[in-house]
Amino acid sequence: MTTTRTPRMDYDEALDRFEPVLGLETHVELGTASKMFCGCPTAFGAPPNTQVCPTCLAFPGSLPVANAKAIESTIRIGLALNCSIAEWCRFARKNYFYPDMPKNYQISQYDEPLCYDGHLDIEVDGKTVRIEIERVHLEEDTGKSTHMGGATGRIHGADYSIVDYNRAGIPLVEIVTKPIPGTDRLAPEVARAYVTELREIMRSLGVSDVRMEEGSLRCDVNVSLMPRGSSEWGTRTETKNVNSLRSVERAVRSEIERQAAILAEGGRIVQETRHFHEDTGTTTSGRSKEEAQDYRYFPEPDLLPIAPDPAWVAELKATLPELPSVRRKRLQAEWGLSDKDMEAMHNADAIDLVEATVAAGAPAADARKWWMGELARRANESGTALAGLPITPAQIARVTELVASGELNDKLAREVLEGVLAGEGSPDEVVEKRGLKIVNDEGELSAIVDQVIADNADAADKVRSGKIAAAGALVGGVMRASRGKADAARARAMILEKLGASE
Amino acid sequence: MSAITRDEVAHLARLSRLALTDDELDHYATQLDAIIESVAKVAEVAAEDVPPSSHALPLTNVFRADEVRPSLTPEQALSGAPAVEDDRFRVPRILGEEA
Repeated sequence: MTTTRTPRMDYDEALDRFEPVLGLETHVELGTASKMFCGCPTAFGAPPNTQVCPTCLAFPGSLPVANAKAIESTIRIGLALNCSIAEWCRFARKNYFYPDMPKNYQISQYDEPLCYDGHLDIEVDGKTVRIEIERVHLEEDTGKSTHMGGATGRIHGADYSIVDYNRAGIPLVEIVTKPIPGTDRLAPEVARAYVTELREIMRSLGVSDVRMEEGSLRCDVNVSLMPRGSSEWGTRTETKNVNSLRSVERAVRSEIERQAAILAEGGRIVQETRHFHEDTGTTTSGRSKEEAQDYRYFPEPDLLPIAPDPAWVAELKATLPELPSVRRKRLQAEWGLSDKDMEAMHNADAIDLVEATVAAGAPAADARKWWMGELARRANESGTALAGLPITPAQIARVTELVASGELNDKLAREVLEGVLAGEGSPDEVVEKRGLKIVNDEGELSAIVDQVIADNADAADKVRSGKIAAAGALVGGVMRASRGKADAARARAMILEKLGASE
Repeated sequence: MSAITRDEVAHLARLSRLALTDDELDHYATQLDAIIESVAKVAEVAAEDVPPSSHALPLTNVFRADEVRPSLTPEQALSGAPAVEDDRFRVPRILGEEA
């Protein structure tokens, strides 16, 4: 491993001189109960080699049979990405020598993908960017290798490896974009927005749990640069191991900065696989792809061709769920929000939470106010996602209900949220335990007002003589004396009434 | 003109991880050439109305329902493995010294 420091060019300078072209390959593990070609379960995190059988271990005489649900899910993904669906296609053998597949080949698709020629529109910085989809095909996932010996735990320098085949044979969908030119300075944001949108589409289709941290959504990022004014694309690199949305953005940025420095020195980009490192946000060289690999693809003789019935495909298309971008537009209209507010909610992953809160009975404006204000602040403080806060949309709806009925004011509501987040129970329980109800008892409020008037004779006299503005100080006094539990408007009315003044 | 060159046979041998001597390359190139020529006779009778085929049976869409079936135990799965460590298949170093 080389330890020399990689030269990089400042991002803005790099973009002044070069134009990036992106390409994204995304792998999605389908959430089927059983594997692609055998009946083994697909649970994540099972003890090693407990979800394996003669077929996925490639024992002699075993034969694969394709999982109907995986075929259906792949077609639904293709339809959601506006693809054409093949009327007839085959699986193909991809031959290679690497122990992550015990067959010495992976069953994949080659020149006959199940879905092809689609597109996905994404919103970036207020603009719509169309990402062209080259293909969506179905293959099987590989086993998990652990490299032993050597200093780094990487394959380089390892003495030997140990392999768990639980993941081998889990259905894996590969979604490949066409090259994406013209993103300019927004290249990192476009890459991130595309993967984000794909993830949401997979979720809405219910075809995968799309957990990047568990590897059920994985992204390979291709980047090349060409000098401004040129129309000839440069040599690309492919960065693997990009395991979070933020990393997608950082990997693109890092590759642009690295390639720009090399090209500016008159150097040459090596076509290779690079590995992304979460800790430094940079990539290091992996396998060179200069010598094109020969996988000796040929039609898989153990599996029969797939010929989706056009009527069935039409039915799948007609029964697709509302897609995330359509849903966002509908909700934005329903909630009466600006593009900017909606984008902020989308970026904060707050849309589902606000929708659920509205469904639980809260007005949209209130639901949005709490999730994007107080709760966003607290999530930010504790470094968790909004959805990870220990509070439910139903609980937020209950708090807004208590505010609407006059039992809480905003200040008390914040205290209630604090109590719920601290694990003190439901909003009603927190109100009860902390004694947070607004003082609605007229007698109690009247006594507090009398006391505050007596303690602030100067201000009271001013109000009596018509200086209504002085009432503010008295209202403040009532709020302090009630420890925030008085209804400020009601207190003000009572003060004016007692002092014989009117607005 | 031969259907397959000696260089192509050498390339295939390398992809298949077969170490062949020069004599063997000559030998197999001649043999493979004869085989390819024989098989090529099929193309002579294949008319426009006969599409290329990869499967012997005129069937499509043979699928199984997405149902879980029992797996092997790790003991069964690993029983034929030359080496085992930590309930995993132990395999020799993947990248050679040149990598």
